[in-house]
Amino acid sequence: MFGVSGSGDTSGYSGLVRSTFSAGSSERPYGSYFDDLADDLERAYPAFSDAIEKVVVDRGELTLFIKRDRLFEVAKILRDEPTLRFEMCLGVNGVHYPDEVGRELHAVYPLLSLTHNRRIRLEVAIPDSDPHLVSLVELWAGNNWHERETFDMFGIIFDGHPGLTRILMPDDWPGHPQRKDYPLGGIPIEYKGATVPAPSERRAYR
Amino acid sequence: MSTDAYASSRQTTEGRVYSVTGQDWDSLVTEIGTTKEERVVVNMGPQHPSTHGVLRLVLELEGETVTEARAGIGYLHTGIEKNTEYRTWTQGVTFVTRMDYLAPLFNETAYCLGVEKLLGITNDVPERASVIRVMMMELNRISSHMVALGTGALELGALSPMIFAFREREKVLDIFEMISGLRMNMAYVRPGGVAQDLPENAVPRIRETVKELRHNFKDNAKLLIGNTIWMKRTAGIGYLDLAGCTTLGVTGPILRSAGLPWDLRKVQPYSGYENYNFDVVTTDTCDVYGRFLIRMLELEESLRIIEQACDKLEKLEGAPVMVADKKIAWPAQLSVGADGMGNSLNHIREIMGSSMESLIHHFKLVTEGFRVPAGQVYSAVESPRGELGVHLVSDGGTRPYRVHFREPSFNNLQSTSAMCEGSFIADVIGAVASIDPVMGGVDR
Repeated sequence: MFGVSGSGDTSGYSGLVRSTFSAGSSERPYGSYFDDLADDLERAYPAFSDAIEKVVVDRGELTLFIKRDRLFEVAKILRDEPTLRFEMCLGVNGVHYPDEVGRELHAVYPLLSLTHNRRIRLEVAIPDSDPHLVSLVELWAGNNWHERETFDMFGIIFDGHPGLTRILMPDDWPGHPQRKDYPLGGIPIEYKGATVPAPSERRAYR
Repeated sequence: MSTDAYASSRQTTEGRVYSVTGQDWDSLVTEIGTTKEERVVVNMGPQHPSTHGVLRLVLELEGETVTEARAGIGYLHTGIEKNTEYRTWTQGVTFVTRMDYLAPLFNETAYCLGVEKLLGITNDVPERASVIRVMMMELNRISSHMVALGTGALELGALSPMIFAFREREKVLDIFEMISGLRMNMAYVRPGGVAQDLPENAVPRIRETVKELRHNFKDNAKLLIGNTIWMKRTAGIGYLDLAGCTTLGVTGPILRSAGLPWDLRKVQPYSGYENYNFDVVTTDTCDVYGRFLIRMLELEESLRIIEQACDKLEKLEGAPVMVADKKIAWPAQLSVGADGMGNSLNHIREIMGSSMESLIHHFKLVTEGFRVPAGQVYSAVESPRGELGVHLVSDGGTRPYRVHFREPSFNNLQSTSAMCEGSFIADVIGAVASIDPVMGGVDR
């Protein structure tokens, strides 16, 4: 009844289904300092419209979706241009969207400008079948460990990284744990052969 | 070959390997001396008392000089980020509070600010809740800095500062216990506000403690500030200048020791920090002593903020501490009893005895949780170690799609190599202590 599968435990079940989501492109004016920032970037980087897939302004934050082969040049300009000056990259974080075919793995870079007190987020989508992305360690040395972590957890291979090895998981660990298709383990308990099922297999509220 | 059983050695393809267990230094030195080897690789940790938890340092030495320092981490990885994807947004608080276990309230607040931003209720959080958050965070900053100062001094051989620091830390933990029922990992800050209001007489007691702390901080200040031995071990050690900090993404006391007054509480205020008077402490020495001094002086700034928070709390007596929206606000009213935090009997009486609707509401919200509109946010707070950033992605469901913590400890620990290479091995300890890494935060 009610489309339930699994244990049949429907407590709290409300029948909503998770859907894939992706933010649409925002239109100008973006508001806040985002218009200035976009203008400055366009001025300093003539290939702006070609390299940037879309600009998303959501909840007071600016996200630039960048084509993956242009990431390095855009990042370099964001760092070096006096009007932009994003001196700090606060690392890289992966997000796995298995439903977005051809764009399964996203790498997200939050940048911070100490000079102008501004923030921006860069996002790059790459296919799972070819998970290569340029390393930004050359621009921000502090991205070293963050890229290793993202490789460890998502399997994104950062080309040009000085030593891309696992960092949190053991060296011989199989798989990349933060991917959505990587299950959480259950807990075997020694009582009449029973086990506690993995969280992903317990009842879910969608 | 030495007959000392403690410094056993064996030949490997990479050279001779010695197992050192303590008190066998002499036999080790004699043996290394006879092999005429200039280059020695020392593996320090992950169970070495002066590496701040399970941090592993691999040090390449020439004589006493460190030529290469590498940090090995991951010994405390617990998969918290992955686990939160299988819990409701509220349950996530209980997980993230366990990341950086010396600064649990910062983890909670950063996470909750992110959830609130996703929900679009940032401005609906009651003022009293924000003030309590600020007060708890500043108390937490004191308890965290106390560990940084105490263990840092201990690792350099000064025992008394550690005793004094932990004595004061205990008072702060007592306040946490009084307010939340727990001394650490409180899960006290919740999306929309805080779990429960302050108990009666909390504010006078906090004021009393502030007075005591301010008086007692002088003990450590007198012991260490300007102390010749302490200066010799810390001044000019672990050098990292502003350019090094920015390229390595280093924030917090290390960045401020390079002279930049960068403090998110000032430059990008959250939770109403713009309404408090306090100063950002900087030094321009770029060294361990500068970072030590910054932590010492930040204690006083935190006390100032706590006092102002107490003033505000007195004015806001009886005001709500959770958003009014019943679809988000946690239904259970908790209370601190003699045996810790538990359900409030009044609430149990209502849902079990008189109101079926309350029971349904409670059950739905507690088991299923609330839905959070799809999207992503980044929220950051100034933790005792620097910028603690949270990247949250929601797909519109009752559970996070992705939770990522940009931990300052994790990021700052990368600067070990820059600080230590070229220095003496004895200074590695001081440099790492000045980074103040908490491995629970580093490995998550």
